Amino acid sequence: MRHTISVFVENKFGVLARIAGLFSARGFNIDSLSVGETTDPTVSRMTILTSGDDQIIEQVIKQLRRLVDVIKVIDLTQSDYVEREMVLIKVDAPSAHRAEILRICDIFRGKIVDVNPKTMTMEVTGDEGKINALIDLLKPIGIKEIARTGKVAMARGKQDKNLAGKGQGGMPLEEVVSEEKT
Amino acid sequence: MKISGSEIFIRSLKEEKVSHIFGFPGATILGIYNQLLDSDIQHILVRHEQGAIHAADGYARASGKPGVCLVTSGPGATNTVTGVATAFMDSIPVVIFTGQVPTSMIGNDAFQEVDIVGITRSITKHNYLVSQVKDLARIIKEAFHIATTGRPGPVLVDLPRDVLMDEAEFHYPAEVSIRGYKPNYIGHPKQIEAALKLIAKAKRPVIYSGGGVIRSGARQELLELVNKTNIPTTSTLMGLGGIPGDHPRFLGMLGMHGTKYANLAVTECDLLIAIGARFDDRATGKLEKFAPKAKYIHIDIDPATISKNVRVHIPIVGDAKLILREINKAVVPGDYSAWIERIEEWKREFPLSYQQDDEIIKPQYVIEQIYDLVKDRAIIATDVGQHQMWVAHYYKFNDRRMLLTSGGLGTMGYGLPAAIGAQVACPDKLVFDIAGDGSFQMVLQELATAVQYNLPVKVAIINNQCLGMVRQWQELFMNKRYSGVCLKCAPDFVKLAESYGAVGLRASKPAEVRPVLNEAISVNKPVVIDFRVACEENVFPMVPAGAGIEEMLLS
Ligand SMILES: Cc1ncc(C[n+]2csc(CCOP(=O)(O)OP(=O)(O)O)c2C)c(N)n1
Repeated sequence: MRHTISVFVENKFGVLARIAGLFSARGFNIDSLSVGETTDPTVSRMTILTSGDDQIIEQVIKQLRRLVDVIKVIDLTQSDYVEREMVLIKVDAPSAHRAEILRICDIFRGKIVDVNPKTMTMEVTGDEGKINALIDLLKPIGIKEIARTGKVAMARGKQDKNLAGKGQGGMPLEEVVSEEKT
Repeated sequence: MKISGSEIFIRSLKEEKVSHIFGFPGATILGIYNQLLDSDIQHILVRHEQGAIHAADGYARASGKPGVCLVTSGPGATNTVTGVATAFMDSIPVVIFTGQVPTSMIGNDAFQEVDIVGITRSITKHNYLVSQVKDLARIIKEAFHIATTGRPGPVLVDLPRDVLMDEAEFHYPAEVSIRGYKPNYIGHPKQIEAALKLIAKAKRPVIYSGGGVIRSGARQELLELVNKTNIPTTSTLMGLGGIPGDHPRFLGMLGMHGTKYANLAVTECDLLIAIGARFDDRATGKLEKFAPKAKYIHIDIDPATISKNVRVHIPIVGDAKLILREINKAVVPGDYSAWIERIEEWKREFPLSYQQDDEIIKPQYVIEQIYDLVKDRAIIATDVGQHQMWVAHYYKFNDRRMLLTSGGLGTMGYGLPAAIGAQVACPDKLVFDIAGDGSFQMVLQELATAVQYNLPVKVAIINNQCLGMVRQWQELFMNKRYSGVCLKCAPDFVKLAESYGAVGLRASKPAEVRPVLNEAISVNKPVVIDFRVACEENVFPMVPAGAGIEEMLLS
């Protein structure tokens, strides 16, 4: 199953390499990764999309928490969250197709950010399904180039202020007494 | 007053109460070597940087204090990599300082530049490149803190030359605060309660104890638990010494070269209590067949080891010592008498054994004789191979700091430098390196280090004139097609020792073993003993790779 994980890390050089290195060394998948500063300039927030069975995801999260530069890890998939990605798409735009392209752009609440006699470039934001649908529609017209940001995601509701600790002090993820009759 | 980075380095190490550094100099760290002359920290000059890191590791294992290693940039740094990985796999607290080219030249492929932080990222607990002298003291403080707390491990600090030359005020922080690093020591009471219930209800429990018991210093607590409950206890290679080797409930080592009775007990048990062990494949064999009838309790300081390889019913994250104390307060054992009786039968039926005649020395015999002679008085370092497994079988470890061996990485050549480090840490102890002839030849230059610093380590080479463990696999699984394992071309180890200024001895007949050992112990000098042993002896029992641990070859 796919999981969207928020990772708060020290905003230092080399941290991205540690995270990427952890995934490659342990054979975990990264489907998408994005990173940027938070309101606290010493903290960066990464959004990582990864896939695997429950045991693998549990390992991914624990191994991330083990890194000294990782401040907090949240598996958003376990809660209600919003997820967005931005894409820039450059399409062939002979005059015969321009109206069609503009219409599609409009339906997807996109913006045309560059036009020239041969191509148009549109900017669209949305979740994965929306972006994939858009790409499918534009393919027959002729996509020349695509650049995607990778996902960013956030839990719905109140802000998560508590960045201190990794949840190690309390009950770690798996520390739930087995339900089995013993 | 502002002082140079090199001086800050020395002052910081003094703050950490470092008394010994194992190192090898080079251009980038000349400043530090200059400062060392005026300091009372003793520098031990090794003959190869791999020797420095293994010696620091052996020092740490023998003393419980962090080991410190200092090398130059480029080749100096890369020569430590095997030793860093060795310490990482076995969770050993060492701090490695590497020189680096000046910050202005980093990334330019400068002379003797390597990205050692990048190279060691996956084999250190954490690592640092110090980019400004003002950060140096804090980073050293953090490095020692991270290396020694939680699940211990190696931490590497890369020191660019200009950082060591620049000046700053010296201020050593009293405390560290790293928001992403807060190890948890206290086991959750609910989990402990649940574990106690399982223990009381079990009919056939087994304790599976690992290196975590050694690292956490939980030996007394484990012994108390075993004495209170009578639960049969097996150990990993790294856990040997966690419970006395001659304890009636001790089953010896489990796993690929475990005892038959330990493996049978694990296979048949209904409750497996893993303490500071990580379900490594050498211990578990085929996972589906490992303790298939059991519920698992897993005590470990590192949350990531829990449920990594197997699903655990009751995980308890925290320090083994503290958790065992809590368990001991309240533990009520079940009635395990029938189970213990069954295990005793297995012990009688499948003992470890070998045949010693009058002519050819059996390797096991040498190890039994060393044990018989020195018992608890010695620290034993080993290399990797058959001799290492025979040490695990025939040496009964009674203390947690007695066995120094590369369990996780299986690094040939670990033994001699580790023994040197242990002898530095424990000058009054007898230190043996039980070595393979193959392994010894990977690091034998360190004899010079032992001689230079009057470190009277005793190197017992179990000389079977081949890479014995590989030969064994080829005999058993490759139809005796021996390939690349013959070591008949070797130096005369007696003369070799003498040429280094050490004592060289040899035993070729069983009757010579004891006298030669006595002589080795009586001289206060490094000694190399060439034990000419049977070449084709195999380590049994053995579980073929990929099989379940009860499927053992006994001969
Ligand atoms: C550095 C390194 N290279 C290769 C191996 C693979 N290996 C494992 S045991 C062994 C043979 C060791 O021979 P020796 O030191 O003579 O010990 P013996 O098995 O004969 O007791 C080898 C080559 C290893 N463990 N470490």
